[in-house]
Amino acid sequence: MAAAAGPADLATIAKKWKDKRGSLIMALHDLQGRYGYVPRDAAQELGKHLDVPLARIYEVITFYNYFKLEAPGKHIISVCMGTACYLKGAPEIIAKLSDKLGVKAGETTPDKQFHLQQVRCIGCCGLAPVVTVNEKVLAKVKAADVVDQVYACTKGA
Amino acid sequence: MPKFTPADLDAHKAKLLAATAKKAIIKVGLNTCGDAAGAQPVMAAIKEEVAKAGLDAQIVKTGCSGMCALEPLVEVSVGGAAPTQYGRVTVEAAREIVEKHVKGGRVVEAFKVPSVGEMSSEKPVPGKQYRIVLRNCGVIDPESLDEYIARDGYQATKQALTAMTPEQVISELETSGLRGRGGAGFPTFMKWKLTRASRPGEQKYIICNGDEGDPGAYMDRSVLEGDPHAVIEGMIIGGWVIGASQGIFYIRAEYPLAIERIEKAIKQARANGLLGKNILGTGFDFDCEIRLGAGAFVCGEETALIASIEGLRGTPRPRPPYPAQKGLWDQPSMVNNVETLANIAQIVLRGGAWFGAIGVGRSKGTKVFAVTGKVKVSGLIEIPMGTTLRQVVMDICGGTSSGKPIKAVQTGGPSGGLIPENLLDTPITYEDLGKLGSIMGSGGMIVMDESDNTVELSRFYLDFSVDESCGKCAPCRIGGTQMLRTIDKIVARKGTAADIAKIRRIALTMQRGSLCALGQTTPNPVLSALRYFESEWTERLVPATKK
Repeated sequence: MAAAAGPADLATIAKKWKDKRGSLIMALHDLQGRYGYVPRDAAQELGKHLDVPLARIYEVITFYNYFKLEAPGKHIISVCMGTACYLKGAPEIIAKLSDKLGVKAGETTPDKQFHLQQVRCIGCCGLAPVVTVNEKVLAKVKAADVVDQVYACTKGA
Repeated sequence: MPKFTPADLDAHKAKLLAATAKKAIIKVGLNTCGDAAGAQPVMAAIKEEVAKAGLDAQIVKTGCSGMCALEPLVEVSVGGAAPTQYGRVTVEAAREIVEKHVKGGRVVEAFKVPSVGEMSSEKPVPGKQYRIVLRNCGVIDPESLDEYIARDGYQATKQALTAMTPEQVISELETSGLRGRGGAGFPTFMKWKLTRASRPGEQKYIICNGDEGDPGAYMDRSVLEGDPHAVIEGMIIGGWVIGASQGIFYIRAEYPLAIERIEKAIKQARANGLLGKNILGTGFDFDCEIRLGAGAFVCGEETALIASIEGLRGTPRPRPPYPAQKGLWDQPSMVNNVETLANIAQIVLRGGAWFGAIGVGRSKGTKVFAVTGKVKVSGLIEIPMGTTLRQVVMDICGGTSSGKPIKAVQTGGPSGGLIPENLLDTPITYEDLGKLGSIMGSGGMIVMDESDNTVELSRFYLDFSVDESCGKCAPCRIGGTQMLRTIDKIVARKGTAADIAKIRRIALTMQRGSLCALGQTTPNPVLSALRYFESEWTERLVPATKK
């Protein structure tokens, strides 16, 4: 995950988008790409650069699922909940992970190691059910093996 | 590379075709699914083996050919021979294929699978695949402009800009009968005509809707990843026809590879005089940029999408005014779906009559579907309109994966409906699917077998739509939530017949009173499940007297 970014980064992001009309969402994508989420103070700082009030920024980030308001854990485990994955056992997979990690979907473990989330559809329906661990995609996952597979992906990382 | 003039484009194409030497060509499918299935190490192994053996082989990465269940896919053609398709290729298998086939010239039967070519027909016949939109997907390297040009790329742009008038293009589209592939099926020529006529001379925009939100569908992702230049061509021609100088790709942030490939393709087109100032020396100025979605299903609705491009919450607004009158930044704008745009170049090149001869009734051309769920061969298919649902599921996709009988097929995702097994002989057209209480939708097709429960599936879809409701209008915001609570009561076996009546009442209000298509179609999965599988609902009810 990105290290603490200084105001210099924000200035760069702001400069890139400032003169483009309607670019708040694009700037927020860059911001989240930098921090892994949209920290409140960074959003406020970005707002100053772009001349957008914080309330307007929050109006946008709370509307779109993609933007995160809190720092996710070190490893992000996403269970696809698209229809194909749903039919092929995604609910059991999420229950299994939830049980093992002791968190519900959308939560981060207290040690900040794992963030478990449901995602809409990553468009790999032919390989359903699908789980992603950080950037790695696990295809045709079985509930019985999912915990081992996830740990295997995060070991040493 | 120099900027193309129309004559250069033809000369370059001829040169490329002549240069297709008779050496071995190895194609590896490297799109999102291929990557997930492990195509990267396969690619690396092939490169290593080819280098080790010092073979004269061209290694090409291609987009999605649609056979997702068989990924990773490798195609080998030696000395100009017909290509052989290999499926579920492991690193070891890849090494063996290079050794035996590329080097030795012998097909490795053990890993051979039917190719898309073998499964498609030359002519558009209902029941068989026929590829217009997917013609280059899995065939060319999507990151190579040359490969696109060698397959008639940018010929349609040349044809339109140098030999046609915008009215002629609109007229070809009218003859073709092409309708919006995002789901609603509005005639494309009409949209183009209205936007062209609107406020001539003013700044206009053409927008590509790549916010594919139906969970369980990925047609647009595959086209953007597999043949990005075809979509750009649709944008250029559309921009030229309506009089826009600016095109915007609105793509889901969840599709990083699609974004990367479109970005690359735009740069290539710009460097070669196919985008930017004075395209192909014709004096037409047009350029494209990319805006990312941020995970909101409602942004597939055109007015919500426009709000999102403006950097706002993606909430729809009442129409009229339609985007053709007042769209992005209040200027005339035209929103077209990815698949619609991918059809444009072929219609311009081959003529509206050719396209119009494919399909049935008022549903012309082909449609791409992502067939998933409990189906044997899940993947992406393109079929002429009028093909029946049964032909798709049984003949093309091999029936259910479990071997159990089919229970139903669902089209249109959260906005569509369930179609039971006994109606699977229905031809796939906008009208026929509509009559059954479903919709064509953008191309998601989910197959269910006997073990699946329609109450739970419709609850799944409803839960999705409720979560995705933007909250602006009451029928959708409140209606959806109340309907979900009522279904939960029934799922918990605490519901009564009165609750079913309540669901129907809410559904009617939502259909009639919601502001946009999201709210209007949210009840569809529930209503169709009630219509065709009523017993699955009633068996969960408690008798009214026990209350």
